Amino acid sequence: MEYFVQQLINGLTLGAIYALIAIGYTMVYGIIGMINFAHGEIYMIGAFLAVIAFTGLGIIGLTWVPAAIIVVLLIAMFFTAAYGWTVERIAYRPLRGSHRLAPLISAIGMSIFLQNYVQIAQGAKIKPLPPVVQGNIPLMESASGFTVSISYLQLIIILLTVGLMLGFTYLIQRTSLGRSQRACEQDLKMASLLGVDVDRTISLTFVMGAALAAVAGVMITMYYGVIDFFIGFLAGVKAFTAAVLGGIGSLPGAMLGGLLIGLIEAFWSAYFSVEYKDVATFVILVVVLIFRPTGLLGRPEVEKV
Amino acid sequence: MATVTEASTPHRGTDVITAAKEAAIAAGVMAVLALPLIGFILVDVAGGVTLRTRFGGVLTAAAIVFVGRFVIAMLRGRGAGPIAHLTGLVTRRVAGWGAGRFVGPALVGFAVVLPVLPFSDRYIIDLGTSVLIYVMLGWGLNVVVGLAGLLDLGYVAFYAVGAYSFALLALHFDLSFWACLPLAGVFAALFGIILGFPVLRLRGDYLAIVTLGFGEIIRIVLLNWQDFTGGPNGLSSIPRPSFFGAPIGRSAPEGQTPFHEFVAPVMEPIAALFGGEWGFDAIHRIVWLYYIILALALVTNVFTLRIRRLPVGRAWEALREDEIACRSLGINPTNTKLSAFAIGAMFAGFAGAFFSARQGFVSPESFTYIESAVILAIVVLGGMGSQIGVVVAAAFLILIPEFGRDFAQYRMLLFGLAMVLVMIWRPQGLVSGREPSVRLHAERR
Amino acid sequence: MQDAAHGALAPDAILTVDHLTMRFGGLTAVDDVSFSVRDRSITSIIGPNGAGKTTVFNCLTGFYKPTIGRLALRHGGAVHLLERMEGFRICKEARVARTFQNIRLFGAMTVLENLMVAQHNRLMVASGFSLLGLFGAASFRAAERAAIDKARFWLDRVGLTDRADWEAGNLPYGDQRRLEIARAMCTDPALLCLDEPAAGLNPRESASLNDLLRTIRDSHGIAVLLIEHDMSVVMEISDHIIVLDYGRKIASGSPENVRNDPAVIRAYLGEEEALPPEIAADLEGGR
Repeated sequence: MEYFVQQLINGLTLGAIYALIAIGYTMVYGIIGMINFAHGEIYMIGAFLAVIAFTGLGIIGLTWVPAAIIVVLLIAMFFTAAYGWTVERIAYRPLRGSHRLAPLISAIGMSIFLQNYVQIAQGAKIKPLPPVVQGNIPLMESASGFTVSISYLQLIIILLTVGLMLGFTYLIQRTSLGRSQRACEQDLKMASLLGVDVDRTISLTFVMGAALAAVAGVMITMYYGVIDFFIGFLAGVKAFTAAVLGGIGSLPGAMLGGLLIGLIEAFWSAYFSVEYKDVATFVILVVVLIFRPTGLLGRPEVEKV
Repeated sequence: MATVTEASTPHRGTDVITAAKEAAIAAGVMAVLALPLIGFILVDVAGGVTLRTRFGGVLTAAAIVFVGRFVIAMLRGRGAGPIAHLTGLVTRRVAGWGAGRFVGPALVGFAVVLPVLPFSDRYIIDLGTSVLIYVMLGWGLNVVVGLAGLLDLGYVAFYAVGAYSFALLALHFDLSFWACLPLAGVFAALFGIILGFPVLRLRGDYLAIVTLGFGEIIRIVLLNWQDFTGGPNGLSSIPRPSFFGAPIGRSAPEGQTPFHEFVAPVMEPIAALFGGEWGFDAIHRIVWLYYIILALALVTNVFTLRIRRLPVGRAWEALREDEIACRSLGINPTNTKLSAFAIGAMFAGFAGAFFSARQGFVSPESFTYIESAVILAIVVLGGMGSQIGVVVAAAFLILIPEFGRDFAQYRMLLFGLAMVLVMIWRPQGLVSGREPSVRLHAERR
Repeated sequence: MQDAAHGALAPDAILTVDHLTMRFGGLTAVDDVSFSVRDRSITSIIGPNGAGKTTVFNCLTGFYKPTIGRLALRHGGAVHLLERMEGFRICKEARVARTFQNIRLFGAMTVLENLMVAQHNRLMVASGFSLLGLFGAASFRAAERAAIDKARFWLDRVGLTDRADWEAGNLPYGDQRRLEIARAMCTDPALLCLDEPAAGLNPRESASLNDLLRTIRDSHGIAVLLIEHDMSVVMEISDHIIVLDYGRKIASGSPENVRNDPAVIRAYLGEEEALPPEIAADLEGGR
């Protein structure tokens, strides 16, 4: 029981991070109908920026933890968003309206490029980050002495994610930016005829997705303490699976899917086998796409003839 | 064409300014992007990392982007001409399916005589073998991606199935390479059918992700199924292909004749003619492997060229163009896609069997997603559907690292960038140099 | 296969549609429509935009599974229940061919190749599922020559012989429409379904389309089912017209009957009472 609760907490933490990345996939898919294959790399860049920024702050002597985390988040979000914006401008915008595989291949190219770019710029070795937030809150103890606890960092990750999700939902549902975005999602051409600046809206979608991925990158760096240039691939696939599981195109779906994938991974590792934990994700991806391509909360797509 | 150029001439002056402006903005963006990732580098120190600055790198990156953007803007100012024209010309003249007329035979001729050319040594022949493996994989994947339009990101899985099939059959059942080669192809094709059947009805981009998932699943299984696959250590002491039953080596097992003795009656006089002596040489095996993969690659090529002109090949292309129309014409989309998938997988299986026979050793490390991405890059950059383009791209990809470590480092970077640029400049035009599979009228030249 | 449920098929009907209903979520696109298509006839489905015409086609050709209804096609001595068949089998076995409102050619392939793809199933068998074909068997080469001859026949009919080796995507619009009909004909259909074949054609082109459709009916003995807005085509060549409005069948009969049917006039022009008197007068005068 205690073990179960502990895994639940770990799974929720992981799920929160996947959900943050999944939003980027689902928003881009919703608005331009493509899989942004380079999104995992964007997240990886966010993680690298986190290590660089934390190390930099350490050097200049900003060591008060709350301030450091906020500054690092802002730096990572800004620069990662800039990468997201640029990727869209270079690799996707010229391909809008062309053959469906073209943007996907372009995205794969972009993903290869970004991975190698970071590898060349920062080296292939793993980058460590000393623990920034330490300590935990014991929650319960079993008879055998196993203590269930939630670390402060896990608490921060979960609370920050919940806060971001709430703010983000507000943004999409209540602001004019959100309205334009939903309009573009319905019908790109009609939205532009009605005066929505489609290019700007799509750009902002990428910027927002990248900023959320940056948060995920910062969090994962603090959580695991090590990163390398290759982390974007697996995290990307998992977050994409989360988006598909929740119903691609649906924001609540991405959040739900992220949580489920995090939980499944945690429980699978705990009760079945750690070696095959990634297989679990891939199997879910395949099974969902085959049997319920609309996911849990997605709308069905009607084939136009 | 001429009118476009003339029309834009009066604006040439503003063109330069606009181009410079655009380039300056792009360079500015690059500087912002580069500042944190290139401007600061994480360096290992005792007990952690520290930062070093490298602002020169930021300036270099910005300068490269400035020049690149400026050139692109200037070319575009002249009516999109040069690039589109040049690539169009190249695809039509060189890379089209039918360009085999001149360039194809020349390349084949070169490949055949390569091992006996004066400058050829062990190293060059080995390199040629590596290039040919990728050429074969590229041609095999081309059936799936270029012809049938199915984006397969897990192609390397079938390569792995072929490699492990041969390794396991040879180690457990003591079967020879030549007995296992067809079996490896059959196993890989079966895998293609089993994996493809449930997923081939998915939309193109979903299919891509699912195939990627399959590729990873197979790799992870290979990595963890210790008893069967040897886990991360892989399988070793895989037998090498024999020369028509004669093993190539200094000595042969009891009751067999080694290759150099097997062919001695023919080779000794020839060697004597050139004043040499015939005997065991380690290069024999290298050359023999080279010719095996050359033959396999050529079989792949001939097979794909022929099948493209058959009904099934035309149906693949039709499916790539419009699946709904295909259904309305009574074509079974699932079976047709499945056949493309299985044939592509079969060639990967052959290549895989060859790979493990050549290395004498297989491990899951050779079958990562990156490998799939590399093969896909070869197909995309070679111009999907183009056979010679695949050869050029494969040669380029394998040979770049030979020019130095720096090049090796930038190889995948450039390939990624090139994939993006190819898509932007010729998104669907990659198949525009296509040779019809059948003609009503004689070709006018 | 022979049905007993709703009484025997009309003896000369090739297609009988009974109580066809298609719902998408809460929207009923086609509501309890029944009609039949006689052998060797041209039947038109007309109606305002959104009346459910293309949905009927999509049900017939297997792109949608009808919510309710029976679609029986008689061909080659058997009755095929189209609503139970997988999409591609409807063309392959029941021999229903169709064209599309927004043309769907294989754009990067040549005109001739488009017509060869249409003969895929026969050629596939002839090529021994590619085995004979790979080795260039004589029987396959003969079958391919026959296929090219058939393609040439239809190219002559639609006037595209000179452009046989063009990329289909580069053809002018009118040619693309005709090529799509030729491609459908190359599947040897028993029933040819055309979705707005005259859309975007100029008067000369639609006149030649009329001739083509008559030839298909008279010389080849093929039933044609047509969705069309161009009344000059519909009224001139149809043997029978079915009028849909809001998913329901509101009238059917000969062109003459349908033209004078008050329900049809209402559907096209709206309720007459609702019209301002001067417009009603104008319409009266114009008719």
